[in-house]
Amino acid sequence: MELLDATLVNWSRAQFAMTAMYHWLFVPLTLGLGVIMSIMETLYVRTGDEAWKKATKFWMTLFGVNFAIGVATGIILEFEFGTNWSNYSWFVGDIFGAPLAIEGIMAFFMEATFISIMFFGWNKVGKKFHLASTWLTVTGATLSALWILVANAWMQYPAGMTFNPDTVRNEMTDFWSILLSPVAINKFFHTVLSGWVMGALFVVGVSSWFLLKKRETDFALKSILVGAIFGLASSLLIAYTGDGSAYQVTQKQPMKLAAMEGLYEGKTGAGLVAIGILNPSKESFNDTVNPYLFKIEIPKMLSMLGYRDAEAYVPGIRNIIEGGYETKNGTALSFEEKQARGKAAVQALADYKKAVSAKDSIAATLYKSKLDENYAHFGYGYLDKPEDLIPNVPMVFYSFHIMVMLGMYFIGLFAIVLFFTFRKRIQNAAWLLLICLLSIPLGYIAGELGWVVAEVGRQPWAIQDILPVQAAISNISSDSVKITFFLFLVLFSGLLLAEVRIMIRQIKKGPENH
Amino acid sequence: MITYSFLQHYWWFIISLLGGLLAFLLFVQGGQSMLFSLAKTEDERRLLVNTLGRKWEFTFTTLVTFGGAFFASFPLFYSTSFGGAYWVWMIILFCFTLQAVSYEFQSKPGNVFGKNTYRTFLFVNGLLGTFLIGVAIATFFTGSDFVVNKNNITQQFAPVISSWGNEWHGLEALLNVRNLSLGLAVFFLARSLAVLFFINRLNHETLEARSRKFLWYNAIPFVVFFLTFVIWTLLSDGFAVNPETGVVSLEEYKYFTNLIEMPIILAAFLLGVVAVLTGVVGTWISSKFKKGIWFAGIGTVITVCSLLLSVGYNNTAYYPATPDLQSSLTIFNSSSSEFTLNAMSIVSLIIPVVLAYIFYAWRSMEKNRIDLEDVNNDHHAY
Ligand code: HDD
Ligand code: HEM
Ligand code: HEM
Repeated sequence: MELLDATLVNWSRAQFAMTAMYHWLFVPLTLGLGVIMSIMETLYVRTGDEAWKKATKFWMTLFGVNFAIGVATGIILEFEFGTNWSNYSWFVGDIFGAPLAIEGIMAFFMEATFISIMFFGWNKVGKKFHLASTWLTVTGATLSALWILVANAWMQYPAGMTFNPDTVRNEMTDFWSILLSPVAINKFFHTVLSGWVMGALFVVGVSSWFLLKKRETDFALKSILVGAIFGLASSLLIAYTGDGSAYQVTQKQPMKLAAMEGLYEGKTGAGLVAIGILNPSKESFNDTVNPYLFKIEIPKMLSMLGYRDAEAYVPGIRNIIEGGYETKNGTALSFEEKQARGKAAVQALADYKKAVSAKDSIAATLYKSKLDENYAHFGYGYLDKPEDLIPNVPMVFYSFHIMVMLGMYFIGLFAIVLFFTFRKRIQNAAWLLLICLLSIPLGYIAGELGWVVAEVGRQPWAIQDILPVQAAISNISSDSVKITFFLFLVLFSGLLLAEVRIMIRQIKKGPENH
Repeated sequence: MITYSFLQHYWWFIISLLGGLLAFLLFVQGGQSMLFSLAKTEDERRLLVNTLGRKWEFTFTTLVTFGGAFFASFPLFYSTSFGGAYWVWMIILFCFTLQAVSYEFQSKPGNVFGKNTYRTFLFVNGLLGTFLIGVAIATFFTGSDFVVNKNNITQQFAPVISSWGNEWHGLEALLNVRNLSLGLAVFFLARSLAVLFFINRLNHETLEARSRKFLWYNAIPFVVFFLTFVIWTLLSDGFAVNPETGVVSLEEYKYFTNLIEMPIILAAFLLGVVAVLTGVVGTWISSKFKKGIWFAGIGTVITVCSLLLSVGYNNTAYYPATPDLQSSLTIFNSSSSEFTLNAMSIVSLIIPVVLAYIFYAWRSMEKNRIDLEDVNNDHHAY
């Protein structure tokens, strides 16, 4: 049997990560640019000013190019749950499939239908209908984000379900607690806002290029104004919802939080690392090596943010493995205790199935209640050693800190741009225009890193505490996955190259020629 | 009374309906497969690309939604078929990925690979997308090489519940002539529909005349392959489920019996076939008749939908496992829980709204036939 073959698990992870990260290169711009061009078209319909129409059409063309490749990468992702995570698809499909289906029915069709009016309908439908179509396209995109993020939030914080040993899977018991889980709500706002920030950075950056070239000044100033106001609002909100995300992580995924902060030893009144460098010679969670080479801390801030209490205790990686500290729900268990419960749950399920097929209903009831008792730690039954529980700390730590720093930087950037715009001095501030142009890639970096925090930080779990990745896999050869990995890598990279070049050409053409 | 069994049947109907819509919308792929044969000049090719280019999103989205709805309602199929017939699905996905960028990118300066590469992508999608989907659907009738054992989940080192029996991971379906005949039928059907679509939409004499010729070349092979598949299937053994015990066994003439025992589905099937033929034959007979696409399109939806219904209803295993019949998937053993099906059924009530706005949008965009002038005046033309 090929299974629990680490190569297969790792290639499957790599393939999913690669596809998702490619998808995420395009989605944020769809979300952000979509709103900005809708605002511009609204201004056009309100004022009748043809300049706004020209601007709308310019950004819309870029939207179209970006959208196409976002769709191309999305379809692969959807089916990868089946092709590469087939066990996962059965084990949680009863819950996880629903948002995906709703996404198709509610969001993708809305997008697909109105996008064709948006692109081809300028001369075919009335102004108002066209404007409505533009907004509906963006609404469709945002709804698709909603449903997929609900699905993702559920993996981070499973709710609204129960395990059914007869069907051997988790089943939905409460739709609303899945949709309205605090993790889902936070994730939705934080992630969609990250798209808006991206859109604003893009619009401001590209317009700055026009100003630097002294071309299309009127168009560029109009675009910068819309972009910067929108960007400042979004980037303030993203810091706010980012704090909300961190709070949810603290409550629901303490190991992820510990990795984000490189926190090995728990503390009361823990400080937040503002800037730090990890010590590469730290090898194990229970050695005595100091995890940091260098750090600057904001005192008590981590306790404050994570528990809304400056003196609260924040467990570190070693504490989470060793257990024994107090939490809201009683004393924390050690890894060994959780593992024992997990193994008991897995064994109880096996015994239950045997009892059922032997038609021994008394034994079946007994094993069922044993299973229920231990189910909360089911996934630990597949883990081997405490180290299995620890995600890649440096990756999560640096990703998190860079994302946060970029978040702060974007707030400052948009504020300065707005200041200069209102002072009517932005055309002359070449240094600022250059910074804006160079900041476009930073938006992409922040977003990708955010996902690395969320997804790498939850390892080894595919479903938190319930299903580790190695039990989520399909039974295929790792060679097959390797081949598809490289096929998609080459394909996406080729298409990305084409996309970037097309974008640059379209930008150089300028709004006059659209 | 809304029972669990009713919900399972309802969701199989939705899946079948989406399957039918997808089969119809594959006319986009059919058209793509003729970019280099039906069109002879650059202008003609451009016209075809732009006519199809306003519709490709619908086909694509229907495919995505078909997948999503299957996942939500019959997750065991999702996990068994996609994870097992890995290569077939991966190739299908791969060629749809190629399609998604090809319209938008082909005429834009700086696209790196040049117009013809993107058109070749469209051609490949037209060829493989239709044919392989047909082959994959045929395995609903002919069976596949897999085993499902849910108890595996308790095997710490080998917890995977579905496994495929061979290293070809789905490609072995190409060795079965019955599968091939449905694959080819879908391919030629998509092309026939595309031709009818062009006759309806285009304002271009040469292309229209050529389309009428092409209808012969495609509709006849379609009928031949389709009849081969249907007759062969009706005469073959089918995979029956005992409703009391859930035991799956081979039954003589199962699919034929299904049609006889479900006369409404039989009637729908025949009606669908007649509608398709009306669309085709009507177009042959009269050069003024341009509505063939509507007859053939609606006919396709109904025919494919009723074929899928006949393989899921009446105690039939819709995804048979040949090495171990008891692993076969039925609408009962592979569905989501009653709760989920219920919740999803409420969501499905918005489907009519979706269809209504699609219809409205389509109408408001298609007041006139498309010609070259149209394409040249459109700033977003491909
Ligand atoms: C422009 C992009 C961007 C920016 C500037 C920020 N984020 Fe972010 N962040 C994301 C883009 C993002 C994201 C891509 O949207 C993620 C990935 C997964 C998710 O839910 O959102 C994310 C995840 C994410 C997570 C992990 C959530 C989880 O694991 O479920 C936390 C704790 C934060 N963010 C916190 C912050 C804070 C405190 C910021 C300070 C300003 C911040 N983010 C700025
Ligand atoms: C589009 C933004 C996303 C990005 C950039 C992203 C990134 C990643 C990364 C980097 C991994 C690899 C983690 C590792 O193995 O160490 C991963 C795995 C995974 N992600 Fe995401 N993710 C995204 C969205 C999602 C969403 C929305 C879902 C679910 C609805 C999801 C589900 C998964 C699954 C199932 C895996 C594989 C199992 C695993 O390794 O945990 N991802 N993703
Ligand atoms: C990893 C899980 C994900 C899957 C399975 C997935 C699936 C898909 C699919 C199938 C499409 C194409 C839809 C069409 O036919 O139009 C798509 C597009 C899209 N997805 Fe995702 N997606 C994932 C992650 C995300 C995330 C995390 C977001 C946003 C927060 C998102 C937002 C969008 C948007 C806005 C589109 C529209 C097209 C575009 O990318 O520009 N997706 N996705």
